[in-house]
Amino acid sequence: MNQTSTQPEPDRLLEITKLRIEATIIPPGERPQNIALVDGVSLILERGKVLGLIGESGAGKSTLGLASLGYVRGGVRITGGEVLLNGQDVLKKSTRGLRALRGRTVCYVAQSAAAAFNPAHRLMDQVVEASVLHKVMTRREAEGRAVSLFRKLGLPGPESIGNRFPHQVSGGQLQRVMTAMALCSEPDLIVFDEPTTALDVTTQIEVLAAIRDAIRDTDVAAIYITHDLAVVAQIADDIMVLRNGGLVERGTTEEIIVNPKEKYTQALVSVHHIDHEMKDFGDTAPILSVEGLTAGYGGGQVTVLQNVSMDLHPGETLAVVGESGSGKSTLARVITGLLAPFSGSIHFEGRVLAPGIALRSKEDLRQLQMIYQMADVAMNPRQTVATIIGRPLEFYFGIRGAERNRRVAELLEKIELKKDLANRFPSELSGGQKQRVCIARALAAKPKLIVCDEVTSALDPLVANGILTLLLQLQRDEGVAYLFITHDLATVRSIADSISVMYRGEVVRQGAKAEVLAPPYDAYTDLLLSSVPEMKIGWLDQAISSRRMESAGN
Amino acid sequence: MASIPKIIAQRIVLGLLTLWVVSLVIFAGIQFLPGDVATEVLGQSATPESIAALRESLGLDLPFHVRYFSWLMDVLRGDFGTSLATGRDIGELVRPRLLNTLFLALMTAIIAVPLALVGGILAALYRNTLFDRIINTITLASVSVPEFFTAYVLILIFAVNAGILPSLADVDASTDILGRITAIILPALTLTLGVLAHMMRMTRTSIINLLGNQYIETARLKGMPEWRVLVQHALPNAWAPVVTVIVLNLAYLITGVVVVEVVFVYPGLGQLIVDSVQKRDIPVVQACSLIFASVYIILNLTADVLSIVMNPRLMHPK
Repeated sequence: MNQTSTQPEPDRLLEITKLRIEATIIPPGERPQNIALVDGVSLILERGKVLGLIGESGAGKSTLGLASLGYVRGGVRITGGEVLLNGQDVLKKSTRGLRALRGRTVCYVAQSAAAAFNPAHRLMDQVVEASVLHKVMTRREAEGRAVSLFRKLGLPGPESIGNRFPHQVSGGQLQRVMTAMALCSEPDLIVFDEPTTALDVTTQIEVLAAIRDAIRDTDVAAIYITHDLAVVAQIADDIMVLRNGGLVERGTTEEIIVNPKEKYTQALVSVHHIDHEMKDFGDTAPILSVEGLTAGYGGGQVTVLQNVSMDLHPGETLAVVGESGSGKSTLARVITGLLAPFSGSIHFEGRVLAPGIALRSKEDLRQLQMIYQMADVAMNPRQTVATIIGRPLEFYFGIRGAERNRRVAELLEKIELKKDLANRFPSELSGGQKQRVCIARALAAKPKLIVCDEVTSALDPLVANGILTLLLQLQRDEGVAYLFITHDLATVRSIADSISVMYRGEVVRQGAKAEVLAPPYDAYTDLLLSSVPEMKIGWLDQAISSRRMESAGN
Repeated sequence: MASIPKIIAQRIVLGLLTLWVVSLVIFAGIQFLPGDVATEVLGQSATPESIAALRESLGLDLPFHVRYFSWLMDVLRGDFGTSLATGRDIGELVRPRLLNTLFLALMTAIIAVPLALVGGILAALYRNTLFDRIINTITLASVSVPEFFTAYVLILIFAVNAGILPSLADVDASTDILGRITAIILPALTLTLGVLAHMMRMTRTSIINLLGNQYIETARLKGMPEWRVLVQHALPNAWAPVVTVIVLNLAYLITGVVVVEVVFVYPGLGQLIVDSVQKRDIPVVQACSLIFASVYIILNLTADVLSIVMNPRLMHPK
């Protein structure tokens, strides 16, 4: 309580000391327990500086970031420490005092701008709302500032974009509008909570550059939260690595990237280094052969796939890469029979696969399995792991009772999970464990081909790495082929044997991994490859300037 | 996605189709009622010959489809025929009654809808507090009590004990507007108590359902007071279910007022239909039923259109 005696240092904007944030969780069938989401974390942020908070989900990054606005989400409470903003303890403020601070001194940029904008109001109304509410400026002035921010952030039609509704603007643009919204009331601090995670790589780089320039030009301080070290390296002055609510390591960006001290940080920096020897399939007959596939929705009104052809050999991993909207998932739906194509054919093991799932034989269904992006919604929450994995055993092979339980235990062992997890429900598993259960379920059918639709994109990097390693191990043991759909080129580098690059429903480049990832590139593959953030300081500047030079040259 | 005029046109066509089916059902249903106007008018002592003669003169002996289409054609021209019991033109008979019923419904809506919205917003704002529970209990209790009981309790309090309001609402053509308003305060209050709970709880629930959305957190993190978060950011997205419930209740105010009209002796459509059923005055019953059905369908159509118009995704396509 020595608030009055210590005069805040002029440059010190935010000072968090030994902050502890707790939540009460009620595990199924157990007593409620208190767990610490943030446990004794301290940090100092100077005016105009950018601090990166990095860690896996559950590390307490967002909780910590929101605490600087004196805000906690439902069921969570701050139980210790102080948060000094401009020398005043935010945690001691009244509701009124907190309201005066939020949207004025500190602003927040959420991960999914699509969800964070109110669908019922025009963008401009939402962008100027805080400035007008806090009487920072008049509505007219705020709109003028908003337009100049739209321009600075490189939004198309800065004069008129504010008249649009959120659904009329693309995800990357919306994220930039959200940044303009945060900057509009001229705050001292902005908390960016994974602002580019939900975007395609090609969009991410533009948004990232726009945010970085806006921070630099307005001299606002920022806390930048992400799980992607390569992203934060482009934007932050300092980086704090968090894990399980505690601090692992902090240092300047260069220290963390070039010379990490802690083992955990080293693992984060070196993630994606999987040794995978590319296999050569030469003249072997393909197990899956897609020819001239054209498909879409609305009875022919919307065509999503155009004349797509590709071959996949037994035991091969074919990565299908592209940004959202490129038709990757539609391809998966057509191959698995969930969507009948308009034209084109699918051959599987030399026989023609029927277009719709209802027309396919049980044997076809068994040999072609699928793993989904969202493991938790792909499982029935009311079934135990044993029931989930046991279902294909019963359905395809008629295995029941003790024999089924034995096979379930075997499968659990294969996916490196403990046997006693069999009686758990999905909600009691971690994200990585859930995805492993889904893999076991697919594997139980003894398939020849598994379609993996973005199976690691909802997972933290280290967990994702574990899943990829497991998939490769299983491929060696079982000889199963993977059609691996992803937007993440780092994943592709780690596991693919061959690659198809898709753009707007067409295959623009395809072949063995070494060929596809070697120059000369076509324009789109080049854009895609050059957009993947590299764990290197200054990468963003290089990438942006080479892109500008190219477009000038064209 | 189809354009808005197209969607609305589809709804209107669908509404007309429904109305036509309803007219068929009404006409057919009434044929199954025991007895007809001929037996009712002539009484039990009538000879079969005289009954047959009256039926023939009224056209009741013609086949079903002939009678149905001639009735339908007349209705489409705005001619509901004449009342069998009184011989008066049904249009003239129904018009003042309909206006009375609409007036009562309008007055009730003016009281009930704002009250329900404000109550619902307040209940959402102070959710799970004592206030929320009290307002919930009161409205639930009032909707659970039969309307005639509410009506008599209100009469007891305001007419008998306090003596400030009339217990009867027997207005006629000579009553001035002030007299009309005074007369229908008690019926309107009775109806309000009957429809309030449904609309209020829907408003509360719809708003609370939206509070988990990210954009609500965005609004809170802008430093907005909670009530503004609810009114500016939750309510506009809660309109669709709320409007549907409001409109359903408005329809009930017009079609479901029979008991209240009888208790307060209010000369509305409800009274008329009850009287006409007793007299087997089939053309009047048909006309009233058709009016009720039209009101229901038109109001539901309005709810549909309002939900479309209030959805920016439909109003402002990409």
